[in-house]
Amino acid sequence: MMALETNINNLVRLQAVPPDWPGGFWGHWVFFTVVIIGFVLTMVMGVIYIERRGMGRMQSRLGPNRTGPFGLLQPVADAIKVLLKENIVPTAADKLVHWLAPVVAFAPALMIFAVIPFQNGAMLADLNIGILYVVAISSVSTVGVFMAGWGSSNKYSLLGAMRNVAAVVSYEIPLVLAIVGVVLIAGSLSLNQIVLAQDIPFILLQPLGFFLFFAAGCAEINRSPFDLMEADSEIVAGFHTEYSGMKFAMFYLVEYAEAIAISAIITTLFLSGWRGPLLPPWLWFIIKVLLVFFAMVWTRTTLPRIRIDQLMAFSWKFLLPLAVINLLVTALEVLASPAGLPWVVVIINLAIMAILILLWSKFFFKLGWGRIEV
Amino acid sequence: MALKTEPFVLNLGPVHPSTHGVFRMRATLDGEVVVDIEPIFGYLHRGVEKLAEQRTYTGIIPLTDRLDYISAMNNNFAYCLAVEKLAGIKVPERAEYIRVIMAELQRIAAFLIAVGAFLNDCGAYFTPFLYMFREREKIVDLFEMVSGQRLTYNYMRVGGVSQDLPEEFLPALRKFVDEMPRFIDEYDRLLMQNEILLARAKGVGILTKEQAINASASGPVLRASGVKWDIRKADPYSIYDRFEFDIPTGTVGDCYDRYRVRVEEMRQSLRIIKQAMAQIPSGPVRAEVPHLIRPPVGEAYARIESPKGELGFYLVSDNSIAPYRCHIRPPSLINLTALREMVRGWKVADLIIIFGSIDITVGEIDR
Repeated sequence: MMALETNINNLVRLQAVPPDWPGGFWGHWVFFTVVIIGFVLTMVMGVIYIERRGMGRMQSRLGPNRTGPFGLLQPVADAIKVLLKENIVPTAADKLVHWLAPVVAFAPALMIFAVIPFQNGAMLADLNIGILYVVAISSVSTVGVFMAGWGSSNKYSLLGAMRNVAAVVSYEIPLVLAIVGVVLIAGSLSLNQIVLAQDIPFILLQPLGFFLFFAAGCAEINRSPFDLMEADSEIVAGFHTEYSGMKFAMFYLVEYAEAIAISAIITTLFLSGWRGPLLPPWLWFIIKVLLVFFAMVWTRTTLPRIRIDQLMAFSWKFLLPLAVINLLVTALEVLASPAGLPWVVVIINLAIMAILILLWSKFFFKLGWGRIEV
Repeated sequence: MALKTEPFVLNLGPVHPSTHGVFRMRATLDGEVVVDIEPIFGYLHRGVEKLAEQRTYTGIIPLTDRLDYISAMNNNFAYCLAVEKLAGIKVPERAEYIRVIMAELQRIAAFLIAVGAFLNDCGAYFTPFLYMFREREKIVDLFEMVSGQRLTYNYMRVGGVSQDLPEEFLPALRKFVDEMPRFIDEYDRLLMQNEILLARAKGVGILTKEQAINASASGPVLRASGVKWDIRKADPYSIYDRFEFDIPTGTVGDCYDRYRVRVEEMRQSLRIIKQAMAQIPSGPVRAEVPHLIRPPVGEAYARIESPKGELGFYLVSDNSIAPYRCHIRPPSLINLTALREMVRGWKVADLIIIFGSIDITVGEIDR
């Protein structure tokens, strides 16, 4: 708690424009807890609406448009429907694990938001190891997913959970390596500092890093084309096949909360977070999060799903080498100009990204790297 | 390091998102790898063959609609051909053309579903499926114009078709035929060269030429394996010998080839429809056939190239108003016999797409 307190003090000193938040440690704590829960829940409703309507438009249909104006109340209707369902626990299930799994999966998805700045300094805790905290916490929900898969005593669930664990373990590495590039340039692990360092958005300085992070992030949260943990055409619903009612709602919530979390992290790390002209910072933040989420919806409607061995091969033989090269290049650039990277680096890095991706994708299929024994 | 593993049995179906109906596969898996599968069916058995023995020859037509319910016109066609062969009925010229147009439209509609469902099995979340349903809807509208139905048309009759084309049909058909190639190109652009689809479907679930022939496979499954066999060319029925079209074949016999063959066949069907539209004569659409047909004692087998493969009806008559025996050769069932060979050693995800690429309809398997 001491650490937290000092950090909050630091935070107040950091602020260029100190927002007038309610004072005191506990006041701050309570205020931001409420903000985060409110933010996540409303955003989940928002993104469910965006996903359903957006997918509808892309699939040449209308999407839900009967509940409320423009179908805006559809997420509410969904929620009511799901909550009224009977809660069924399989006889052979491990009752405790089955009950606990959604909670274990849900908590980390919320906790990630503790260190994400909604605007300058507006965050629950400006940890100086913020990004490390994000990486650590985001892997915890895998435990919840595996508990669900194991506790349901259903073979589909187990397959889905196994796939999830395999994917998360593999994709964590390129994910973290992509972050390291950002950290090198920003010179800080604190997310607020990273945002403040983005006079040039890091998506331009780290285009390859952004691509790697986006791909690995999608895999980490089971978004298409890496959604084979809940591949509906293969293993019904993956780890949450045996869930219904409130517990299913929790998993549903986790899915979207995680998607928002990854979008928020991408926004913070690569899209200069809350920074932007004219509009208030928090609005910029939300707009960018929604843009990133929309990109995920787009890939989901377009791409087929890859297979588990290809998923692994993609991580170890494609993302990982590129992440290492990206890290090396970034380190050299930072070494060459420690005072801050000039604009010319943007062009160099974009060229490097284009060449690397083209070369590697050629190798990937020519040399038969697209498969791996699982 | 080799871990000791133990195979386990996974029941896919009968209620499963990608079993295309109530079909069940008992799969023995070693982790993700399919060791063996055992198809189990019969969940949709309605006893069509037995029911047919107690109905008049015309009364059986609605039953055939419900066999392969996504290509009902073709089933009607095959059955009517069998009865006509049995009773020696000559079909008027115009009716033949109408039948061909309907059969080819139905073929396009069925392939749209087959390809869409296959891509859906690959994990393209409903987008290609719904794109294809958009066009299928237009075909179904055309069918509704002529028969008043949208799924089980019951349109063809022994000796012709139930009624003549309405006035607005041919212009609407022409419009459809003109714009359809653009949509097929759109499907190609959407996913045909997609890197993920290639990685998923190329070289997966190979059915060699020999295996295909040994399994008595037919239709796109056989042609994808490189065998140029299409009953429309090999044993022309109705008036198919008057049209010019190609038989698209694959080379390897993998899922991708089966998918390609189906997309190509849509183009060929459009060619046939175009020619038929240009040649269609005027005249009666139904031969003079009594209400209760009493074919002479004997037997007849008629087969057509349905979207799934060789669909055959074998009828035995004892000179009564109902057939003594009606046997159906369902292409889905026969094609399915190759499944086990195809999926061994592949992963669960492959099992689903290989199964999807065979393209079955359970209504036809169980009868």
